[in-house]
Amino acid sequence: MEINLEDIFQNKIDNEVKIEPRDWMPEKYRKTLIRQISQHAHSEIVGMLPEGNWITRAPNLRRKVALLAKVQDEAGHGLYLYSAAETLGMTRDEMYNELHTGKAKYSSIFNYPTLSWADMGAIGWLVDGAAIMNQVPLCRTSYGPYARAMVRVCKEESFHQRQGYEIMMSLCNGTPEQKTMAQDALNRWWWPSIMMFGPNDDNSPNSAQSMKWKIKRFSNDELRQKFIDVTIPQAELLGLTVPDKDLKWNEARGHYDFGIINWDEFNNVVAGNGPCNKQRLKARVDAWNNGEWVRDAANAYAQKRKNRVKSGQQAA
Amino acid sequence: MNKEEITFQYLLHLGDNSLILGQRIAEWCGHGPILEQDIALTNISLDLFGESRNIYQYAAQLKGDNHTEDSLAFLRDVLEFKNVLLVEQPNIDWAYTICRQFFFDTFHFYLQHELLKSKDERIVEIANKAIKESAYHLKWSSEWMIRLGDGTEISHQKIQNAVNDLWEFTGELFIPSEIETLAYQSGIGADLNNIKQLWHEKVKAILDEATIQIPTNDFFQKGGKNGIHSEHLGFVLAEMQYLQRVHPGAEW
Repeated sequence: MEINLEDIFQNKIDNEVKIEPRDWMPEKYRKTLIRQISQHAHSEIVGMLPEGNWITRAPNLRRKVALLAKVQDEAGHGLYLYSAAETLGMTRDEMYNELHTGKAKYSSIFNYPTLSWADMGAIGWLVDGAAIMNQVPLCRTSYGPYARAMVRVCKEESFHQRQGYEIMMSLCNGTPEQKTMAQDALNRWWWPSIMMFGPNDDNSPNSAQSMKWKIKRFSNDELRQKFIDVTIPQAELLGLTVPDKDLKWNEARGHYDFGIINWDEFNNVVAGNGPCNKQRLKARVDAWNNGEWVRDAANAYAQKRKNRVKSGQQAA
Repeated sequence: MNKEEITFQYLLHLGDNSLILGQRIAEWCGHGPILEQDIALTNISLDLFGESRNIYQYAAQLKGDNHTEDSLAFLRDVLEFKNVLLVEQPNIDWAYTICRQFFFDTFHFYLQHELLKSKDERIVEIANKAIKESAYHLKWSSEWMIRLGDGTEISHQKIQNAVNDLWEFTGELFIPSEIETLAYQSGIGADLNNIKQLWHEKVKAILDEATIQIPTNDFFQKGGKNGIHSEHLGFVLAEMQYLQRVHPGAEW
């Protein structure tokens, strides 16, 4: 009897059995996952930059510590995700190289600038909120190491989201200047957050295969709608206005209707023309290049120690 | 000066060192040479901020008059800051950052030991918590001193340069300000003489292992403890305090 590996693989997926690193998998599944997980890891690392921009300027010590810890969590998420991707056969240095040469992408949202303290609130509330919508289903994704990494990531993300909303709440209950700051941040972050779910379903080339492999479990548009439905009441509670004149509750659908997304802007930012694409990538490349002598030193020292232990053993 | 005022001023010496160094190393977050080390350095920054908050909260309580940890951190100007010059020096690169950290961590670690003998229970309590953290900080920065000193030729040269340049800021650690002398005499503060010897022994041991030469110059800069800082601190504070200054009295 001929055994078809692909059937066994799909059978496992259909039966919700996780795929593990040593299991056979189609090459395209492996490639799709490496692309997705490394892109996700890069997003965490690049995502440290816009918020990192405000650590030294946080308005009080409590906020400063919370923000610093949050950005540190993102570094930790990057670590889990790079490790998960490494189980598929690509090293972290290779992934960095793809990021630095522009071959690998990261979430476009991080190519927008953080211009006021309220952006720390808006990012936590909206960007982390959108990320959670995307990521909670990934806790059940078919590839075991990715799913397990996501369980840890999601726990921390939901904490970040509450923290962001709480920043918005303080601003909205504060001085008129603070409230203006909060509204301005919502104006600037709303549409980019909505775009985080990716192209419309009829325009999303990789989605169908990813759904079949259960890498993905909900479509971009489903998740986007869910995010909008959850977020509008939160904006109302803050007393802020969502910058979409077409936004209204649709009783028949049981969902909010919303305006047309400016996909030209999205495509431009993806193509490298966002306000901060160049700065973000430069910051990562600089960190890497400036750190080269440090990594060389650490490797050289580790090698020397190894040799000393070895020659010590030989002498004994 | 009454005992409360001495304690208050002494707490500012302690808290300002941790705050300013925490602020300096927070500048690294997202830009470290190795992801794991970015995380480690952020941990140290978080510990230092945590310690400074504990200290300022106590100081604010002693001072009354609506003082808070934040009014102490964000509403004092340069001349009122009591930190040593060492901690406000810029990051420059990984070698300077590590060297500054190592010199401070060694001091900080022995300082906590001395403070455990304080007659002030609150200071003992704060030191007791910080001592575990500063033991870890010292281990981390000592290992990096050795790694850089005994790593490659380039790293050796870079860390030797950092040691040479930062050495002149180490003497101030052990030259007591008037407040530190009063605090020591009244049993609240640490004996800097005790720490000085331990500091030199530890620093010599690590630099020897790292194959780094100990500088022979014995001229030391000072002034930070009395509010006479280098030009750097004004910029550190301008950045740190800007929101509190632009929006006086706002809650965040």
